[in-house]
Amino acid sequence: MTAFFQSRYWSLEFILGMGLTAFIVIGVLLSTWIFPDVGAIDLTARLVPPFERADHLLGTDPLGRDVLARIFVGGWISLEVGFLSVLGSVLIGVLMGLIAGYYRGVWDVIVMRFADVQLALPFILLAITIIAIIGGSLTNTIILLIVSQWVQYARLVRAQVLALRDREFVLAARAIGVKNRNIILSHLLPNLMGPVVVLMTLNVANNILLESSLTFLGLGVDPTIPSWGGMLADGRTYLQTAWWVSVFPGVAILLTVLGLNLLGDWLRDTLDPTGRTAK
Amino acid sequence: MKDLSSPQILSVEGLSVSFGKTRVIDDLSFAVPKGRTVAVVGESGSGKSVTSLSIMRLADLAGARFDAGRIVLDTGAGQTDLLGLTQDAARKIRGKDIAMIFQEPMTSLNPVYTVGEQIAEILMLHEGSSRDAALREASRLLSLVRLPDADAMLKRYPHQLSGGMRQRVMIAIAVACRPKLLIADEPTTALDVTIQAQILDILRDLQEEMGMSMIFITHDMGVVAEIADDVVVMWKGEKVEEGPVGQIFAHPQHPYTRSLLSAVPKLGSTEGQDYPSKTPLTVLVDGEPQLVGETRVQDTAQTQGDPLLVVRDLSVSFDIRKTWYGRTTHYIPAVTGASFDVYPGETISLVGESGSGKSTIARTVMQLTEPTGGAITFDGRNMADMGLAERQKLRREIQYIFQDPFASLNPRQTIGWSVAEPIRTHGLADNDRETRSRVGELLERVGMPADVAERYPHQFSGGQRQRICIARALAGKPRLIIADEVLSALDVSIQAQVINLFMDLQKDEGIAFLFVSHDMAVVEKVSHRVAVLYLGQIVELGSRRQIFEQTAHPYTQRLLSAVPNPDPAAKRERTPLDGELPSTTRRVDDRPAPVTYDEIAKGHFVARH
Repeated sequence: MTAFFQSRYWSLEFILGMGLTAFIVIGVLLSTWIFPDVGAIDLTARLVPPFERADHLLGTDPLGRDVLARIFVGGWISLEVGFLSVLGSVLIGVLMGLIAGYYRGVWDVIVMRFADVQLALPFILLAITIIAIIGGSLTNTIILLIVSQWVQYARLVRAQVLALRDREFVLAARAIGVKNRNIILSHLLPNLMGPVVVLMTLNVANNILLESSLTFLGLGVDPTIPSWGGMLADGRTYLQTAWWVSVFPGVAILLTVLGLNLLGDWLRDTLDPTGRTAK
Repeated sequence: MKDLSSPQILSVEGLSVSFGKTRVIDDLSFAVPKGRTVAVVGESGSGKSVTSLSIMRLADLAGARFDAGRIVLDTGAGQTDLLGLTQDAARKIRGKDIAMIFQEPMTSLNPVYTVGEQIAEILMLHEGSSRDAALREASRLLSLVRLPDADAMLKRYPHQLSGGMRQRVMIAIAVACRPKLLIADEPTTALDVTIQAQILDILRDLQEEMGMSMIFITHDMGVVAEIADDVVVMWKGEKVEEGPVGQIFAHPQHPYTRSLLSAVPKLGSTEGQDYPSKTPLTVLVDGEPQLVGETRVQDTAQTQGDPLLVVRDLSVSFDIRKTWYGRTTHYIPAVTGASFDVYPGETISLVGESGSGKSTIARTVMQLTEPTGGAITFDGRNMADMGLAERQKLRREIQYIFQDPFASLNPRQTIGWSVAEPIRTHGLADNDRETRSRVGELLERVGMPADVAERYPHQFSGGQRQRICIARALAGKPRLIIADEVLSALDVSIQAQVINLFMDLQKDEGIAFLFVSHDMAVVEKVSHRVAVLYLGQIVELGSRRQIFEQTAHPYTQRLLSAVPNPDPAAKRERTPLDGELPSTTRRVDDRPAPVTYDEIAKGHFVARH
């Protein structure tokens, strides 16, 4: 363990990123236990400013609900949407990109033309169509985001594979007789994960916001369930009189994204043994 | 012989340069006399390129720091210390008083401008010429570097030119403003030998005509002997020796210079010997030169029995242009009707210039490319008749070593993992411990300590990486190793060590080598037999002595005469070489003419010409 603390894996990025992410994730996981009465409406305490009352540390919203409690509980939906949708897109996108880039030919044509069609469809149109067919729910929101975003990963990975597949170390592996599956897993995949990790951290934030837009349009999750994006949207109308209603959920998104970005950078550097991308 | 009165155009005085905390040049001094050529020689990491970039003041743009010293240029209107100039002032000198040509002609021209525009640009910038005058001058410059049909050439784009033509355009740009000093940084390293000979000729003539001085940076002692008047030998950032070229070659003083010269393969050095032989090497041990290794005749070829590999009428072609409904209209016949045998324990070399098809043959034997005609037989079995399992076994018995040791190892995996890859793939070890100990043995076999297995490729030098690649090739206990230009990315001293390693492996394990190379001197040193390729066809095939001593085909003669001789005292008798290799693209109905061979001596085949 001491070796770990002395190694190059141990960096400021890791401490900050891990600290932030862990704080938010643990807080959200424990939220229903810490704040059992999160949905409680208290019309006598509407729009209480932050830092004035000990029981409403970050103030209250127009219905008198505690902002701090709603942020932690609302994190459930936001993080679930953010993480699961990105995970799903990465799994499908990377697989499709690898197949298209490595085997070329018919596979490439099928996957990439499908991707082109996908990119040509406006997101909102796609959202309305899918939600109209399968109905609005948390799972369906995640499915919708995966459907619209796997393309990014597929294109990124395909481009990387095209550059890598003619590199000599891949030819060398083929000359030795290594199976295609092993070439993809041990030669291609480790060499193309850097940019994928960066795109993932960016997309988590993006998807948290997309979920709120969908909810705002009535295409997403039940609007009575708190989520960061939903809180942002709700607080918009009070921005001039009660800034805290929307700013604090915004800060929550910001900190999550910052933590994930730092972790992503750290992961990318750690995955690269040459340390080229490290400072 | 030396005009001592000639003043110096440039003098470097006590120059020290650092990148960060690393000092890359330490207290370097030398002078460039007017109208003469100074060669700066050294291996990778010796600081020779940083020297040229410092003179151009491009080094500090890349983050270098000048710790001490001066670089004084005689501009004709007084002396200027280049290191004291601002970048703005240095920019006025770059291209006008000092010009530079780089190693990579492929990347140093801008692909979206025509050749004419790129030459005219510098004339308009530094001389203030009008566009018309600049273009007229550009056309004159292009004929000066012997590009045919200069006016038409002005309107062409870089991608329409071959490597040699691009390098000539680079030279035309460099000499456009009649610089007093031309710095050439490895200008011929990326070119074929016959093209290299043309470029060296042009540079020599231009220098005489324009009276400019030249700093010629190279690692190739043959080129040095051809072009230099004076030589500065650099080693680890320091100048270890300097003097007139004849003296450096005849009486090298410093141990490093001596080891460098002893490592240079010299064409004709094995004249009269039937077999290649392993020769001892001068290596530096703690700064002292020591002779390592023994002289041994490499009589390992077992030509009495059956050949290991038989290649008959092999043809490989690539379709390059198709109609929209998929019918091929143009193709490249990369290899046409190639036939040769490889016996166990024998080294046979495929030699030729780029585009000759030598690598294509190697890749086809390795099953990386599909043949379009002919047969390859390994150990009595025709490859076309083999099933999947047998083909997989072949991938163990034939191993391939690639040219670029930097690109052929996966940067994300430890070298132990890479060396073990053939063992895992073919199930040659029962468990992990056995694999590990086998990897250790292999690394020791190629002269590396076994405990480096946990490290990553970027922690090794080029020579070490090539050894690692050899260790990987040996992991499958191969009977044939295909070495595709394995030496060309390595420094000469490392080259010599790798050659000796190959010879030891051949002696101990009886491995046959298919050696692909463009370097005639290296080929002469290692081969039992040689096949010379030109535009995809074997033009001459024979034993090493037959090819090098009773050369019969004019193309082989041309190749041999283009090889620079690392002996400045030798008189150059060169048939003037002109022209480019013709394009290899053909229409589908335009088949290359089949060659017929005459056997002029036993085993010596020459294409009718």
